[in-house]
Amino acid sequence: MRSVYIDHSATTPVDPLVFEAMKPYYTEIFGNSSSVHSQGQKAHRALEESREKVAALIGAKTNEIIFTSGGTEADNQAIITYMHNNRNKGNHIITSAIEHHAVLHTCEFLAKQGFELTVLPVNSYGEVEPDTLREAIRPGATALVSIMHANNEIGTIEPIKELAAIAHEAGAIFHTDAVQTVGKIPVNVAELGVDLLSASAHKLYGPKGIGCLYAKKGVRIGSFIHGGGHERNLRAGTVNVPGVVGFAKAAELAQQRLCSQEAPLADLAKRLTDGIFAAIPNTRLTGHPERRLPGSVSVCFDYVEGESILLMLDNYGIMASSGSACTSGSLDPSHVLLAIGLPHETAHGSLRLTMGKDNTQEDVDYILEVLPPIIKNLRAMSPLGR
Amino acid sequence: MQYSKKVMDHFMNPRNVGQVENPSGVGEVGNPTCGDIMHIEIQVKDDKIEDIKFRTFGCAAAIATSSMVTEMVKGKTLEEAEKITNRTVAEALDGLPPIKMHCSNLAADALHEAIKSYRQNGVTSTSVAKGCCQDEADSPCEKGMEIKLPE
Repeated sequence: MRSVYIDHSATTPVDPLVFEAMKPYYTEIFGNSSSVHSQGQKAHRALEESREKVAALIGAKTNEIIFTSGGTEADNQAIITYMHNNRNKGNHIITSAIEHHAVLHTCEFLAKQGFELTVLPVNSYGEVEPDTLREAIRPGATALVSIMHANNEIGTIEPIKELAAIAHEAGAIFHTDAVQTVGKIPVNVAELGVDLLSASAHKLYGPKGIGCLYAKKGVRIGSFIHGGGHERNLRAGTVNVPGVVGFAKAAELAQQRLCSQEAPLADLAKRLTDGIFAAIPNTRLTGHPERRLPGSVSVCFDYVEGESILLMLDNYGIMASSGSACTSGSLDPSHVLLAIGLPHETAHGSLRLTMGKDNTQEDVDYILEVLPPIIKNLRAMSPLGR
Repeated sequence: MQYSKKVMDHFMNPRNVGQVENPSGVGEVGNPTCGDIMHIEIQVKDDKIEDIKFRTFGCAAAIATSSMVTEMVKGKTLEEAEKITNRTVAEALDGLPPIKMHCSNLAADALHEAIKSYRQNGVTSTSVAKGCCQDEADSPCEKGMEIKLPE
């Protein structure tokens, strides 16, 4: 049976070249990058060379990169330590209703501690409209605005440049969770005008368990994990050197692929989207039709439930994801699908297909062969839409 | 989350899907907001369930429990069918993941609604699921909000 992994927004396989680059740092150059001896020095050199490569991918300076355990930790550190360290700048945080829980729950955690929180609504494409931010921001009170670069479920790319400018005008700093964009589309911190940015290696064919926080020089964040002077006193704990080396190699490869990869992925996504709409009635696209991640297809099918679709697809070797309640591990469908205004029963029928560099036209055609009869069968079984 | 082999079998190859011609009882349980609706139709003859069919909107657990309950009661007396509970249906499927026990395990309730409908001379009996969102105090289900099914 054919096997089609089409869930690259969840995670990606480690590129064999990345794995090769990492290997020596487990067995041969295993030193603690803080140690004085030559093993430690070698590890330290690898760490700093890696930092340069990761910084280069997002147009940052080397000393603006702090390695973390991943995107979630970077989000937590950025938001929590900035708010605690800059109480003189204000008590108010602004975020959006479609953020990843790593941001949303972190902001809610701070709200429970007494910080003020505004969660901005989004339009039906999932975009934060600049005017919504203009109305909510309060000069003197708003210290931090955190809006994701692109949404993980519906693929919509947010107008970060414009939003960051509005934050700065009001004296606030701007954080973006760029876990879904770094390595997939060009990301340049200076061009975007962001002060803090979170990224993760495993979304760009790097290993799991490693990510980074970009903090612009002069932005006073603090340590989130305590117990040592690693990462310029900003992240305690023995550095995951093999992970960092893998992240750097993945960043290097992503940079080489950036220009050549975007167009073919967009073409595959178009072929898949057009095919789905031609074959399956009562379907709607979620997210912005154009301003979206390359290779991201997200749709909702009326009258059927997402987990059922996923398990049927898996039976044919197709691995995708959904924002239905049953797949979110809670009893409600995805907060993102509800935030863009979908009724609960529609949100339950969501399907997300996110393509990666190794997906082919044959994969798309196979999905288009398998998916329509699955939806047809589930609809025939459903008492809705009769 | 892992489903048992029996759940997967009933999900991939559901038994008794569809509608009964001139049903003597029709029951429906669930709520599209919560992501599960089970619709069961029965044909009763001499106090026995001669035929039973279901249609379900929901996850694999919802579909598998619906299929299983139809298999369990076909040919049984109404009295026997009334003794079947959501729990015995789950047991017959070798269990369900904990989160599914109270969210998608409503097939016996739908069957009981169908029997109730038969006893009330075939008037469709519908009940809004109480189980599906019972842990969420502010959910529409908990408030007993009425949900209109799409035409």
